[in-house]
Amino acid sequence: MPDLIEKKNAAIPAQRGADSAEPKPEKARSLGLDAWHDLRKRPIFIVSALLIVLLVLIAAAPGLFTSVDPRAGDLRNHYLTKPDWSDVFGAGWFGYDGQGRSIFARVIYGARASVVVGICVTVGVTVLGGLSGMLAGYFGGWVDAVVSRITDIFFGVPLLLGALVILNAFSVRTVWSVVFALVALGWTQMTRVMRGSVITVKQADYVTAAKALGAGTGRIMFKHILPNAIAPVIVVATIALGGYIATEATLSFLGIGLQDPTISWGIDINSAQKVIRTAPFALFFPAGMLSITVLAFIMLGDAVRDALDPKLR
Amino acid sequence: MTTALETTPKAKERLVPGTPLLEVRDLHVEFKTRDGIAKAVNGVNYSVAAGETLAVLGESGSGKSVTAQTIMGILDMPPGRVTAGEILYRGQDMLKMSGEERRKIRGRKIAMIFQDALSSLNPVLSVGYQLGEMFRVHEGASKKEAKAKAIELMDRVRIPAAAQRVGDYPHQFSGGMRQRIMIAMALALQPDLIIADEPTTALDVTVQAQVMDLLAELQAEYHMGLILITHDLGVVADVADKIAVMYAGRIVETAPVHDLYASPAHPYTKGLLRSIPRLDQKGEELYAIKGLPPNLYKVPAGCAFNPRCDVATDLCRTEIPALHQVTDRDGAELAGRKSACHLWKETLHG
Amino acid sequence: MAEPILEVKDLVKHYPLHQGILFKKQVGAVKAVDGISFALHKGETLGIVGESGCGKSTLAKVLMNLERATAGQVLYKGEDISRLSGAALKAVRRNIQMVFQDPYTSLNPRMTVGDIIGEPYEIHPEVAPKGDRRKAVQDLLDVVGLNPEYINRYPHQFSGGQRQRIGIARGLALKPEVIICDEPVSALDVSVQAQVINLLDQLQKDFELSYMFIAHDLSIVRHISDRVGVMYLGKMVEIGSDEEIYEHATHPYTQALLSAVPVPDPTGREGRERIILSGDIPSPANPPSGCRFRTRCWKAEERCSTELPLLAVPELLSGPAKHESACHFAAVRETVSA
Repeated sequence: MPDLIEKKNAAIPAQRGADSAEPKPEKARSLGLDAWHDLRKRPIFIVSALLIVLLVLIAAAPGLFTSVDPRAGDLRNHYLTKPDWSDVFGAGWFGYDGQGRSIFARVIYGARASVVVGICVTVGVTVLGGLSGMLAGYFGGWVDAVVSRITDIFFGVPLLLGALVILNAFSVRTVWSVVFALVALGWTQMTRVMRGSVITVKQADYVTAAKALGAGTGRIMFKHILPNAIAPVIVVATIALGGYIATEATLSFLGIGLQDPTISWGIDINSAQKVIRTAPFALFFPAGMLSITVLAFIMLGDAVRDALDPKLR
Repeated sequence: MTTALETTPKAKERLVPGTPLLEVRDLHVEFKTRDGIAKAVNGVNYSVAAGETLAVLGESGSGKSVTAQTIMGILDMPPGRVTAGEILYRGQDMLKMSGEERRKIRGRKIAMIFQDALSSLNPVLSVGYQLGEMFRVHEGASKKEAKAKAIELMDRVRIPAAAQRVGDYPHQFSGGMRQRIMIAMALALQPDLIIADEPTTALDVTVQAQVMDLLAELQAEYHMGLILITHDLGVVADVADKIAVMYAGRIVETAPVHDLYASPAHPYTKGLLRSIPRLDQKGEELYAIKGLPPNLYKVPAGCAFNPRCDVATDLCRTEIPALHQVTDRDGAELAGRKSACHLWKETLHG
Repeated sequence: MAEPILEVKDLVKHYPLHQGILFKKQVGAVKAVDGISFALHKGETLGIVGESGCGKSTLAKVLMNLERATAGQVLYKGEDISRLSGAALKAVRRNIQMVFQDPYTSLNPRMTVGDIIGEPYEIHPEVAPKGDRRKAVQDLLDVVGLNPEYINRYPHQFSGGQRQRIGIARGLALKPEVIICDEPVSALDVSVQAQVINLLDQLQKDFELSYMFIAHDLSIVRHISDRVGVMYLGKMVEIGSDEEIYEHATHPYTQALLSAVPVPDPTGREGRERIILSGDIPSPANPPSGCRFRTRCWKAEERCSTELPLLAVPELLSGPAKHESACHFAAVRETVSA
């Protein structure tokens, strides 16, 4: 019934600030460019972006960083061997694990599982959640009721517990089974964000204007609502990415995520804990890499949030 | 009937006649933002005496609201910053006072009424409680006394059935009634000066008239100063004694109300008056001021109005005009009339 | 008089009020528009004035088919368009367009000016062939007084007045015959309002447009309108030529509304007579019986609460006072003093 509350004669809104006398030509306003303009001035963004670029590079081409086979165990390289700091980028740089494998090589190769899980889960939940949130927010009524109830149900399932149950059903667990489990449990978070955002944008006059022109549902959804509603979803997704990586490591640590021969920081942390007193480095390096990775994505998410939605600050 | 206002006797400091209640001197305020520095207020001078109504007229970006917020001390700093000037309340510079001293003036001596009454009232507290709070906090009244005073105040601003409605919440009142409650709240502690920022802009025409009449009546009764900030030339003509017209953070013209409407001495004022359609006449084409309101990040050199002005000369494009004393054709000074235009003579007499 | 281009007959829009969470039960309705009839002729401007809650914006939405009418007809050149849907509705939309109140929210911030003004052509490709669209958009920018080179800029790079011009250009793109303007200048600075009003005036002459001009500002409505309708609580209370309404109003509400408008002239302000209405507008969910204005009217009698006054020409009056008015006691009162 918002139509009844006819717009009040709307004053001259002072907070809209200064009108520019002539259009400023230098600044464009696609979502990306707008954010970029803001982001490139933030040190937090630059640091986290560099870290992430490095990580993605490591994940994509680990061979560039080490020539050592991470799976080749050589029991002459005892785990009590101290890291050899002079052997930069060499097999013994970070020392060896219990089976005589190079920790440095394993840390490098372990990045792939984390990055793949993180990115795939994020893409999965964004697409699934974005779509369902869009439908629920745009159509409302029974569609909204059904979608909202489903998200409520998922909200009650703890991520870790749910993942344990799902992953137990797989006899062989690969990166993709972990991705599947996390997407299945995580998409409703994005649904909620998207739904709220769509409901706000849907009421904007430019959407009404498009309807008055005779625009179809598809055009209204993808040309008018999506570009204006997506920002909060991107922010939440970026911050969540770090969380997904941490969850993967947790599952692998618990022995319910990835399995040998897949290399994962979580698995290595698990095997290292048995020798933590004698060989702390076997734990320190994979755990350190994990923390840095998660931190980098969360920092990126924070910077993106500030850039896309200053109101959240 | 005794009102809340009369039952709280307070020795009002008598002013020396002629001394203004509030005087703003050469005030400069700027905002530092991502896009640069916006010079919102660039040397504003005005004063208001007890019992007097000063209307500050201007469009968005003219700096009229920023000036008012600076007087009240409610400007967000940062990004706002007072770079120069004085705000004298009874001769004392408020900008030099401590936070504690300013708080004592704010609300008690100078009160403000905002455009949007709904967001200025706390939605989870009853109206009576919010009105009574003033007396409980500032005058240590008991709960019962506070409620009685709240009812008196609501009566005073002519809210029907005040005694029954004292327990209602803000959303249960209409826009006009909420604005009355705001007025009651501003009056509660018997201030000397009220600053009303677009008090009737959000209201409907018929309600606007009610609220403006009420405000004017109360002001006369308690001999308060009133600074009325508005963009509406109609409202100004109805209630103001004198007018300050602002443009791009400067005062471009000041005049007693009748003089301003009869013979404006600044091209901007002249243009504004010509560009509004009149209820009592059906004109052909409207006169329109060309161009756009100024960009505060890039105020034009010289007179800020020069790109939109029909009579601008080279001088206007280079030199910022001072606020000249306006004289009649014979050179006699016209009381209270000033114009910041190099060509004020031509504009006024031409 | 020629056949009207747009005719509204007994138009009703009620918003049902529900109670209960699981099993919704209709407990009443907000009667936003409650039986309105009028006609709009070619090349004419019909002003609609009224205060908030009178239903004027709902009326615009129903005419634009953005909301479905509860009852009644909207005839465009004799054809009822209020029940149309799909392709038929899309075809009609070409002829009736709208200009919105708030230029800050009515333009998609993520689209360029060229995309915004060109969107009508993408939705209705038959209007302009693909190759000509850029040129068509630039022509439109020129028509509304903007530099055609601004085509690749974004809305935030423009001021309020410029944005409203972009909104007008979008409304013109499909070469409509009727444009519904919903408070098109109320969000603009005073010095810019006149520019936009003059533009609308000019466009009307150039393209033979018919306007329905909805506003709360009576001075602007008088300036631009040929005829004026006054709405109160979902009903049309008085309608007539601008002179009939502004100089010879016969409905008490119109008289009160006119007398309340602040005149931008301090001369004689002390002596100005003003009708101050008591009270507030009643809720449209529960309007008074009989005449809806009776609760605030100084003329109200017993009859007003039982018998609904119809919008009709009062028999007893003559001259310019003889125009449609929905009051049992319609009579002229000198309202405009200046």
